[in-house]
Amino acid sequence: MDLKTMTYIVVGATFALYLGIAFWARAGSTGEFYVAGGGVHPIANGMATGADWMSAASFISMAGLIAYNGYGASLFLMGWTGGYVLLAMLLAPYLRKFGKFTVPEFIGDRFYSNGARIVAVICLILASITYVIGQMKGVGVAFSRFLEVEYDTGLYIGMALVFFYATLGGMKGITYTQIAQYVVLIFAYTIPAIFISMNLTGNPLPQLGLGSTMSDGSGMTLLAKLNLVVTELGFKEYTTQTMAGRLDMFVYTMSLMIGTAGLPHVIVRFFTVPKVKDARSSAGWALVFIAILYTTAPAVGAMARLNLHATIQTGEIGSPEGNLSYEARPQWFKNWEKTGLLQFEDKNGDGRIQYYNDKNPEMVKKAESFGWKGNEMVKVDRDIIVLANPEIAKLPNWVIALVAAGGLAAALSTAAGLLLAISSAISHDLLKGVFMKGISEKAELRAGRISMAGAIVVAGYLGLNPPGFAAGTVAIAFGLAGASIFPALMLGIFYKRMNKEGAIAGMVAGISVTMLYVFQHKGILFIKGTEFLGDMGPNWFLGIQPNAFGAIGALVNFAVAIMVAKMTTEPPQHIQDLVESIRTPRGAGGATH
Amino acid sequence: MEKPQGSGDAYWRATLGLLTTVLIIWFVVSFGFGIILQPMLDSIMLGGYPLGFWFAQQGSIYIFVALIFFYAARMGQIDRDHDVHED
Repeated sequence: MDLKTMTYIVVGATFALYLGIAFWARAGSTGEFYVAGGGVHPIANGMATGADWMSAASFISMAGLIAYNGYGASLFLMGWTGGYVLLAMLLAPYLRKFGKFTVPEFIGDRFYSNGARIVAVICLILASITYVIGQMKGVGVAFSRFLEVEYDTGLYIGMALVFFYATLGGMKGITYTQIAQYVVLIFAYTIPAIFISMNLTGNPLPQLGLGSTMSDGSGMTLLAKLNLVVTELGFKEYTTQTMAGRLDMFVYTMSLMIGTAGLPHVIVRFFTVPKVKDARSSAGWALVFIAILYTTAPAVGAMARLNLHATIQTGEIGSPEGNLSYEARPQWFKNWEKTGLLQFEDKNGDGRIQYYNDKNPEMVKKAESFGWKGNEMVKVDRDIIVLANPEIAKLPNWVIALVAAGGLAAALSTAAGLLLAISSAISHDLLKGVFMKGISEKAELRAGRISMAGAIVVAGYLGLNPPGFAAGTVAIAFGLAGASIFPALMLGIFYKRMNKEGAIAGMVAGISVTMLYVFQHKGILFIKGTEFLGDMGPNWFLGIQPNAFGAIGALVNFAVAIMVAKMTTEPPQHIQDLVESIRTPRGAGGATH
Repeated sequence: MEKPQGSGDAYWRATLGLLTTVLIIWFVVSFGFGIILQPMLDSIMLGGYPLGFWFAQQGSIYIFVALIFFYAARMGQIDRDHDVHED
């Protein structure tokens, strides 16, 4: 069976499964729509959280980032897992005890202020929309390859599908669908990795394969071999390179960790379990399911990089026959050229492909002596690493089809979770909580679905004009959530004296500092040409890249909030009692409004 | 809103004590071993892995998982000791 038919069958079957589950578990009440009725088993919830959490960025982009940034990309691995430790200990159990539907609702009640609630809604929407862009791009990339259409068309198809999918589900439908999506995506991710690890090292476990000796008879370890291959082509050494220095790495990791703990679509998952105790262990289960992918990703990235160079640099560097001839390029190369994500330009007209680092002056000198006139792989989009990986490793068609289905599962499950967070912020927090208190449950559900549609259109537009590759965009969302929501929640629980003035000032200061820094380097609302400082190292504050700035924003938030709270009156007694009450588990009921 | 029974302060102190322990380990394995000390640790090999690199891309994640379950178990014990557990 040819690849296209196989892919249609596999992807079609998984979609039928999701739709079936979404239909079976469709939401009848707002309680089911927002928090799945609050009765999900902690392990099931952990698995759903895993799917919700592992987005197109994790599935599609992360291994690509690792492949090209080597050790430097560790910040994504640690940042996107370490946050669960914070979430499990600092937020989840307390917010579960509080027992409401949304994150802004907690902030509104804890800081006895609709103003605080509205600020939280704005922060939530900014972070979630930024995050959804990454998912849209992921959907577009996966579809464009799968249906062999332009990226834009792929994006439109993805938008339509997500729309149908997200409005049908509600949290109950989304949770059970995500469990199925987790299973699809984890098989899709690990099976090719196992094959590839076997091929290269003879060890079926990618986590061990990455630390093993190559089975090509060279006797070198895989990482040593990779270091050799990339440095010979003028790239930085794999196991030691950083993206923008060690301080940036430190701050970036911190931003992703606190952002993880501050992202509303993740936090809300812990409102769906029956007990406080379950909220704690469920975070652990979520991380187990996430760790399966996250410990595989470094192997996928490293091995893909090795395979890619081995495909192109077939012989000795500099020998006339050492490079792959363009005519002889493999089928996957042609497939990806069609999507525009892979581009070749024969700069020296020798009909062969030279792929090396032409930004490295020493390498350029060497390359000139070989008659090379610049790197000819003018575009290798990082996002294709995972999707093309099984093809590069010559794996059977069903594996490639499964990867397409897995990428779509990852993007769809996260998009659905985010859209739910956005729509519940609008329908539950803004409409029911502030502007139209008397709204009926039915009207509230309808409002939620309409706001979902609006969010998809905005995200789709931004997906067509993306501010970077998917994980880069997502990283900004983490910065925004980490700088605004995480400190407000933490202070709300751990600092009884925190009052509404402090919390509002802190959130506004934290998110403003972060956004200004991002806009200053990346353009206002990411529109190219409106940036007033170029996005490059020398312009960055202490060399910290915009994606990493959330941790600084969070520091500003904490400082401003505590200062303002100390200068203003302490919160009323009943709020201080509320804080006492959420600190102890006994008496947690179901989530209510 | 029911108040915690009697030992509220002691319970909270025990909770914060546990949090501090876990957060120190969390920080040391990731920011410490994985980032700050990575160049030093890389001179030690763990199989084919330089040790600092291993902490950054594998080890810290395994330890995070263990930390959460450790926290959940210890916290359950603290809840029972101070009689604030559920059901």
